[in-house]
Amino acid sequence: MKVLVALKRVVDPYVKIRVRADGSGVETTNVKMSTNPFDEIAIEEAVRLKEQGIATSTTVIALGNVASQENLRAALALGIDNALFVPCDDMLQPLAVARILQQIVVREAVQLVIMGKQAIDDDNNQVGQMLAALLSWPQCTFASAVKILDGGTSVEVTREIDGGLEVLYAQLPAVITTDLRLNTPRYASLPNIMRAKQKPLTTITVEELAVPTQTAFKVLSVAAPKTREAGIMVDSVDALLDKLRNEAKVIA
Amino acid sequence: MKILVIAEHDNEHLKASTVATIVAAEKLALPIEVLVAGYRCQAVAEKVRTLAAVSRVIVADHEVYQDQLAENLALLLQSLSSSYSHILAAASTFGKDLLPRLAGLLQVSMASDIIEIVDANTFIRPIYAGNALATVSMHDAIRLLTVRSSAFNAAITTKAELAELSICDTVYALEKTKLIKRIESKSERPELGQAKVVISGGRGLQNKENFALIEQLADKLNAAVGASRAAVDAGFVPNDYQVGQTGKVVAPDLYIAIGISGAIQHLAGMKDSRVIVAINKDAEAPIFQIADYGLVGDLFKIIPELLAKLP
Repeated sequence: MKVLVALKRVVDPYVKIRVRADGSGVETTNVKMSTNPFDEIAIEEAVRLKEQGIATSTTVIALGNVASQENLRAALALGIDNALFVPCDDMLQPLAVARILQQIVVREAVQLVIMGKQAIDDDNNQVGQMLAALLSWPQCTFASAVKILDGGTSVEVTREIDGGLEVLYAQLPAVITTDLRLNTPRYASLPNIMRAKQKPLTTITVEELAVPTQTAFKVLSVAAPKTREAGIMVDSVDALLDKLRNEAKVIA
Repeated sequence: MKILVIAEHDNEHLKASTVATIVAAEKLALPIEVLVAGYRCQAVAEKVRTLAAVSRVIVADHEVYQDQLAENLALLLQSLSSSYSHILAAASTFGKDLLPRLAGLLQVSMASDIIEIVDANTFIRPIYAGNALATVSMHDAIRLLTVRSSAFNAAITTKAELAELSICDTVYALEKTKLIKRIESKSERPELGQAKVVISGGRGLQNKENFALIEQLADKLNAAVGASRAAVDAGFVPNDYQVGQTGKVVAPDLYIAIGISGAIQHLAGMKDSRVIVAINKDAEAPIFQIADYGLVGDLFKIIPELLAKLP
């Protein structure tokens, strides 16, 4: 089965973000960027499916600016077979991304799509579900365990839901979105990083795909949230309990 | 035009998050209708009918909707959607799974996790785990929204006269997905995302055994237990305890961070808590910059003292 993984290049989760003074967005120039952590989990899952002989080939795709190719190379170094790069505006909305991925899935005859449940920049948590809807495929969101069944015709996915877990059976082809507990991504070895440079990375343009990318959704402005007022230091457990009981009134 | 709110329930009880979603919908000042799709879910529908803000309840009561899976609920919603200008659901795992699928079917955009309604087309939502707030505008014929419950937790009034009840007998069978089972967390403690008090431990706990101190303290305060990514990575606790940008985002009344230095990653997941307490041996730890009350000291002395002095 052919597996497609989607990744997004985002501000590194350990960087303190800065909202631009003009309210146009979050500063990303000269900021450390990384692969979205949930997508790293998706990459790891695809590599494991390949190692288990379940995936016949694995492809990783990124939509974004030219620097996204670094993240694609990193995914290749982790064991993904080949990469697709779709150059586009960073502000592409989830529906447009889902439409592009839909075209790729059809062109590449993909049978399983794995991607992060959300990107940690826009926190939308939409693309996987939209893609599944556009394809009329089942969706298995927030996966913490994936078991391919019946020689690759169906899948059993454990999902992280509020207050517990759910086990969902779905026919393949399907879209799976990853949650934190699915796996622990590996690190790339130096030989694999070198080898990744030889693996195919193909560029496809949005025009080639003939997908409408306009949506009726616009980010008008981005602002920093209210900052917390500086608190106080207490010097003992008694003083702390006194404050919590009598000032903040949060404990009895 | 009208608003449709999707009720979240277990066929017996309405979830509190749906009430918060209705509170949010009231701000749009349009008639509110609620869809209750399930199986033998009459009690839920009757409950919704008592809510003063609701003008009509649509019940789709059929075996195929028993488990409320996205596959057929999205189709059902699509069939009902043309009468509405807004369709809302709670930003729970149920709403987050379902609404984007509906958006895909309708080929419209949606706004996730909104915390404020500016007007019928303009909404505010957190991005970067709440480190920035985006004001967004939507101009599709139908605006799809998931709502962050904690931002709309006002009380809701009930009324003696029940809302109109309509029966929807459209049946969409499940063709490609099937629920095998749901496993509710057995923990006696409150759920991390819902708890009024959260006690989190970090690398300062040093090992898995010591993390029991955090759990004892949580039991004293009827609190949920959280952890920093460092504590999770070190194997002290499982992944689902993680509070932070890539873990759970929480906003309890009281958040106590113990042995947590306060990496950006972690702060993003808890900085909207009402009262934050930090206990750390390093007076320079960044966690103190956002704490309402800070206590510098050895957690292995402080926690036992807290345990002794709390009732």
